Amino acid sequence: MSTLHTVNKSPFEKPSLDVCLAHATAGAGVLLIEDGVYAATKGTAVEDRVKQALDSVKLFVLGPDLLARGFTEDRVIDGINVVDYAGFVDLAAEHDKVQAWL
Amino acid sequence: MKFAIQINEGPYQHQASDSAYFFTKAALEKGHEVFRVFFYHDGVNNASRLTTPPQDDRNVVNRWAELAEQHDLDMVVCVAAAQRRGVADEGEMQRNGKDATNIHPRFRISGLGQLVEAAIQADRLVVFGD
Amino acid sequence: MSETIKNFLYLNRKAPYGTIYAWESLEVVLIGAAFDQDVSLAFVDDGVYQLTKGQDTAGIGMKNFSPTYAALGDYEVKKIFVEQESLDERGLTLDDLQHLVWEDEDEDYAEKDSIKLVSRAEMAAIMDDADVVFSF
Repeated sequence: MSTLHTVNKSPFEKPSLDVCLAHATAGAGVLLIEDGVYAATKGTAVEDRVKQALDSVKLFVLGPDLLARGFTEDRVIDGINVVDYAGFVDLAAEHDKVQAWL
Repeated sequence: MKFAIQINEGPYQHQASDSAYFFTKAALEKGHEVFRVFFYHDGVNNASRLTTPPQDDRNVVNRWAELAEQHDLDMVVCVAAAQRRGVADEGEMQRNGKDATNIHPRFRISGLGQLVEAAIQADRLVVFGD
Repeated sequence: MSETIKNFLYLNRKAPYGTIYAWESLEVVLIGAAFDQDVSLAFVDDGVYQLTKGQDTAGIGMKNFSPTYAALGDYEVKKIFVEQESLDERGLTLDDLQHLVWEDEDEDYAEKDSIKLVSRAEMAAIMDDADVVFSF
């Protein structure tokens, strides 16, 4: 089944994203929201791991959460799609379920 | 499509309730059905009508209530979690010998079975928390 | 209650006592058992600490809810998946966890183990199979 995973923690605070990626099966979607969006930005210590993940999963980041934290789309790693809340809803509908990594 | 929403955190301390609100609003605007919004853990505090944020901040409780009013949303607060945290309606006040209620009238208190039922009935359960 | 039978997965990733998530999520499992769904529990990351044996909360003034896990079998909750890698990372083995069993009516109420140790890859497949994932 296709799953949309949501991660809301900064990768520098908790290992939620790493754990999520370790369990996400090929073709899954991973949406970064709230403090999770920092993982989508360029030049971080986790950038390589995030880029690697793009080989097996689709990565998305919630735009309003990025903007709120002072990051525009041009700071986002290539290959990560920026979505708004309507896009979040579409992703939730397109996948078979949503799994939150709280 | 039919969505169920679970909110695990209270207002202001965490973004969970805000994120859930914007998700729910977007889903409704797209014509989806939201079967139920279930408030659990500290999420029950989203139902306190005594919430008084500063004038220049959003009112998380009223915002949910207004959305519920517009779309006839079923917003359920878990009774066990509410009792622990002092969120009460008239029935809970009387049953537990308390001297006040604090729940916003747009929310209702019910059991955890309502969360399980929502997960069964809805096509998607979307959980927001810490 | 309902004709639909879904694969419910309760995802436990948080340790007990420091926060209430473990306890209140267990309450959902107990209530949910009445709905006759296909229920599995997953213990991953710090969630494995919920199952340690010998918990004694006398000194912290909180209710010790760990005995409740032993009652899960009576609620027909028989599929408890614990991730091996999560145990390894924390220096734990199966011996550190409670021995949880359920009684098989079809085999003269023979006690069977509820806990199944699974690898991370197996856990990923279990998550994949779920229709609904409850996170707390």
